[in-house]
Amino acid sequence: MLDAYYGSRLTKVALWIFSALVLVFLMLPTLIVVPLSFSASDLLEFPPRAWSLRWYEAFFSSAVWMAALRTSLLLGVLTAAIAVPISFLACFAINRFGGRSAGAIYGFLLSPSVTPGILLAIGLFFILAKLGLVGTLTGVLVGHVVLAIPVVVIVLYPAINRFDWAQAQAARSLGAGWFRTMGGIILPQLGLSLMTAALMAFLTSLDEAVISIFVANGPSSTLPKLMFMSLRDQIDPTIAAISTFWTLLISVALLFFNLRERRQTP
Amino acid sequence: MNTAALLQDVRRERRFFLSLAVPALVLVGLAAILPVIWILRQSFLTMAGDLTTANYEKILSSGLTWSAVGTTLALSGATLVICMVLGIPLALTLASTKTRIANRVLILIMLPLWTSILVRTYGWLVLLRRDGLVNSTLQSLGLTDTPLPLAYNFTGTLIGMVHYMLPLFVLPIYAAMRDIDNNVIRASASMGASLWHCVRTIILPLSAGGILSGSTIVFIYTLGFFITPAILGGGKVNPISVRIDRTLSTFQDWGSASALGVLLLVLVLLTGGMLFGLRWFLMKGARHA
Repeated sequence: MLDAYYGSRLTKVALWIFSALVLVFLMLPTLIVVPLSFSASDLLEFPPRAWSLRWYEAFFSSAVWMAALRTSLLLGVLTAAIAVPISFLACFAINRFGGRSAGAIYGFLLSPSVTPGILLAIGLFFILAKLGLVGTLTGVLVGHVVLAIPVVVIVLYPAINRFDWAQAQAARSLGAGWFRTMGGIILPQLGLSLMTAALMAFLTSLDEAVISIFVANGPSSTLPKLMFMSLRDQIDPTIAAISTFWTLLISVALLFFNLRERRQTP
Repeated sequence: MNTAALLQDVRRERRFFLSLAVPALVLVGLAAILPVIWILRQSFLTMAGDLTTANYEKILSSGLTWSAVGTTLALSGATLVICMVLGIPLALTLASTKTRIANRVLILIMLPLWTSILVRTYGWLVLLRRDGLVNSTLQSLGLTDTPLPLAYNFTGTLIGMVHYMLPLFVLPIYAAMRDIDNNVIRASASMGASLWHCVRTIILPLSAGGILSGSTIVFIYTLGFFITPAILGGGKVNPISVRIDRTLSTFQDWGSASALGVLLLVLVLLTGGMLFGLRWFLMKGARHA
């Protein structure tokens, strides 16, 4: 766009140097944690003087951290398993129904993403307290699904809109019921978008902290909740090991997905 | 089949479609809308359940509330300003590169979005502490004698919040700048406009929609930010979100906490509404021009 101005190389170089510095700012806090996690020292010294795996050992041998890891992974899978099907049906309904009421439904489904997390958290706490569900996995799960719905809708709705509905109509006119049409025509073609949506729902749940902090307790405590508590009290390199492991887990999920996507699109 | 039967069939099908949205609507209604309504109701009730405005009188007469409102607005405003200073040139650089290269760089920009907020907060603690990497680097370079107070205060919180918001701020601006017609820029260059003049009179106005979207996102997210101030603020930075937590965990005062929650919601709706209004005004102006 600025090629007309890039005649003077100075402009280009200056803009790129500035951008590179901003990129360093964006990446540094994630990357700094990795070497620390392999440090042998109790102190957060950088660069570490000696290396060891003791903080990983501390993490993987801690019953509390392992329980939280299991809870987080389970919640992530369950969130995706619930949020994707119900959001898919809703997007489908919005697309087929059309008009102003469809727009209203769309806006309603996105509303959790613009509501401050702390409001959702304490409000949900009220409701769950009435139902005796505070501190249960169900309670946290409900919160995570509600936060995942807007994310899933944003991914799925354009895909469902792009879909050629004449195909579905053709199937219908040939005598296939809606369920048959869904399974034979619609779902296979939307597979990739559905997988993206599932991954986003999984990651949304995995990273969610505010609702977990207020609603989860004991066995329903997620990894982000425990990390929050421990960061607030004291910081030791165990958190560095957990952070590195956590980032690696998410990277692997994204990478795996990226590879599959490349294989599917010729 | 006659027309009446056909119409009935169409109506039945529409009802069937609508029924598919019900599970999602019910869930969002029960777990997102109802809680907010509940907070609203709770804010007008006494402990015994009688109607009252005492909760609002209590929070609005407290200096702590007003300093929390000030902190919240200061954090959000400063985050937006820094995002603009860092993000707009970054978006401009990207929009001026080949799409292939820009896409690669975009992956780097999106990387933090895929990193847990807690991992990032921890990373900033490690970097910004008194004996952290930033301070030790500054001292070994001889730029400062004593460690700068960068963490557990307003500065630390602000850095963490800018880091969270910058990718979300850059993306809509980059998209808007990509859409600008290259010929307009070439024309301005060929007529001798300086780069600064071109940015100010052509690029910024034409990407105003993207900048407004980015700003709206910054405000909607940062006004309610909790994790970053709670950790990087070290108890000294108390926006409304932290005040709510404090009111609940220290005093178990649900009435005041709810009233503070309503105050936060009003703040979000006001700023969101103002930015949407501004956007509408600009769009209208663009249509008349």
